[in-house]
Amino acid sequence: MYLSFSDRRGGTADETVRSGTPFRLSPVIVSLGIVSMFTDISSESVAAVLPLYITGALGLSMVAYGFLDGIYQGVSAVVRIGAGWAADTSDRHKSVAVLGYGLSMVTRAGLLVATGFGAITAIIATDRIGKGIRTAPRDAMITGAAQPEHLARSFGVHRMLDTVGATVGPLLAFLVLLIIPNGYHTVFVVSLACGVIGFAVLGIMVPGRKHRTTAAAGGAREAPGTLASTGRRAPFAWRDLNNPRLRRLLVVAAIFGLLTVGDGFIYLVLQSRAQFATQWFPLLYVGTNIAYLALAIPLGRLADRWGRTRVFIAGHCALLAAYVCAALPTTGAAATLTCLLLLGVFYAATDGVLAALAGQFSTAASRASGIAAAQTVVAVARLVASTGFGLLWFTLGRGNAILLVAVALAVAIPAASVIVRGMRTAVNAA
Amino acid sequence: MSARARWTWLIAITVVALAAATGYGVWSFIGYQQRQSAPAAVALDTAGTGLSGPHVVFRNTAAGAGYGHVAEVPVADPGGPRTVTDAVCDRVYSAGGTQACLRTNAGIVTTFEAAVYDSQWRQEKSWPLPGIPSRTRVSTDGKLVASTAFVTGHAYAPTSFSTATVISKVAGGDYGNLEDFTLIVDGHRLAPADRNFWGVTFGNDDNTFYATAAAGTRTWLVKGDLRARTLTSVHETAECPSLSPDGRRIAYKKNVTPGPVPHWNIAVLDLATNKETVLAETRSVDDQVEWLNDSTLLYGLPREGAVGDDDVWSIGTRAGDAPSLFIAHAWSPSVVR
Repeated sequence: MYLSFSDRRGGTADETVRSGTPFRLSPVIVSLGIVSMFTDISSESVAAVLPLYITGALGLSMVAYGFLDGIYQGVSAVVRIGAGWAADTSDRHKSVAVLGYGLSMVTRAGLLVATGFGAITAIIATDRIGKGIRTAPRDAMITGAAQPEHLARSFGVHRMLDTVGATVGPLLAFLVLLIIPNGYHTVFVVSLACGVIGFAVLGIMVPGRKHRTTAAAGGAREAPGTLASTGRRAPFAWRDLNNPRLRRLLVVAAIFGLLTVGDGFIYLVLQSRAQFATQWFPLLYVGTNIAYLALAIPLGRLADRWGRTRVFIAGHCALLAAYVCAALPTTGAAATLTCLLLLGVFYAATDGVLAALAGQFSTAASRASGIAAAQTVVAVARLVASTGFGLLWFTLGRGNAILLVAVALAVAIPAASVIVRGMRTAVNAA
Repeated sequence: MSARARWTWLIAITVVALAAATGYGVWSFIGYQQRQSAPAAVALDTAGTGLSGPHVVFRNTAAGAGYGHVAEVPVADPGGPRTVTDAVCDRVYSAGGTQACLRTNAGIVTTFEAAVYDSQWRQEKSWPLPGIPSRTRVSTDGKLVASTAFVTGHAYAPTSFSTATVISKVAGGDYGNLEDFTLIVDGHRLAPADRNFWGVTFGNDDNTFYATAAAGTRTWLVKGDLRARTLTSVHETAECPSLSPDGRRIAYKKNVTPGPVPHWNIAVLDLATNKETVLAETRSVDDQVEWLNDSTLLYGLPREGAVGDDDVWSIGTRAGDAPSLFIAHAWSPSVVR
């Protein structure tokens, strides 16, 4: 066990102390993980069969679908910031999360009656808005419930359960369709049931205490460390978010987001070359998810010990390796599987860790907004990246486009390390 | 609430939700079994090896035995008993003795494939498709097969949606994705990032074909050249073209309501005069229309209020002609002359 003497407060600066505090998983985090798991089974089972349902059962084509999807991503980003702000100013994270989860749950019932393209797109839009609303308050609740020394590991637990749901959902949906051909309504009913269960766990098992109030009362879990103490009694203020650490985190997240082209494109690159990937195309995401859920907790632990920004940056090395792997002129199954594993490592090392970093760099009173800001920056940057990469895809060709992004990422990783090093210095100086 | 009360509520809600979903699933499964074992909703002729005279090949969507199978009816008696084959296809097309079939193989691993059958419905070969089947066509001599599939990238930020359209040789090999062809719009070479191609229809020379090109919200009817690997715009706002048997006209779907919810009319373009005629079908037609003869079109429409059931309609190509039902419980018509 090593002790860092530069920072003994635990969780304030990035170089977290590996103090003797034993890891104790909060039941709130387990509950939120189970909420996410059931909600993801619910949403991903529908998402998996929706293209088939629209084209095969309703006899509609999907040309407008992809176009709309981009717009919803944008709407979701705006809603996310608003929901984070609303959660912070009202200090009612659970209520905002309940609204978000509830909205998505209601859309499942809507699918049972909708048959037109317009109705279905409206339902998808509502679901996206619900997702935008719930994410940041939920992550703020995780941050509030976690031990500061074990924040990334706690997020790892949540993301693992979340990814279990995202993996099980599509498989469950296809199993239903295998047993009952054209049984789309059964898929929607199963999805609704899972949505209801997730919603019930949230409503019944997750305490709706006010974070600031608890913090003010000296809540046991939040006792040591600045996470709680700086936010004690403080009302929400935008200036809390305008601190150098969060600013730099957002800059780094934006740079990386702009170079994250989306696994859909990587799957297409693999599929264009490898027979193996073509045959298993619909299941490639399962490979990525399995690597993600297996590594979410170990990499979270590593982040808590070794440094969260370090793991966040190292995760992008895995993304870089995935790009190179996809661009290499190998066509075997091994290359495809390696690529999926690397993508899983990337998600495990970055998704929960980013939320942990943003939560860590915000005050208790501005936590949901801080997390929402980081996630929005990433979402918008990735949207730009997907569009830009589409352009490169056609002008340079698949292989060259991905190599170009790989080179840019290879430059960005050391640059990000420099930005982060500056951040640490600034903190120490402060 | 006490901890005990919370657990009681949670368990009660979970049990009710799971029981309701399971009950619904069992009820649908029994319903499905009954439909499968029930006699078909339409008259069937299960002789099985295909018709010899002029006939229409289509996907049978009548509930009961033979649902989803390829079926055939004589052109002279489209409402009569249908001959059902063993082939199961989402989209089907037949020409020159080659019968192309695109299908979804349901399973935990749901996959998609294209298959080629001979004139007696014996499968000759198959290859995987990257996504959901959308359109297929066969050249007049039966040597080329075109397939369009929707490719949906599964991602945490799923923004990529595209179509993959490939022209394959029945003898082996293919011309690659149409995305890799040179696109020429109004005389200029274009390479927009979001371009997509779908809905091929073949000319008679195994070199010329027509298809849809799309970029942003615009679509074009393009004329393709397989040897030169070019696609040249012919007309704007036209999707899923279909060349008439005499090669003089092209029918397509025309989006008259730009925006998120499209409405497609059927239109016919005279290639010599470039005159477009929009037909009187008021319902939105989302299909690649097929020519019954040089003056009549066939197309599928989803059956109102029935998931997974469709009808094939016919309409004359003059401006005022009214649509009429051609084959009930049918989809993806292909006329074999």
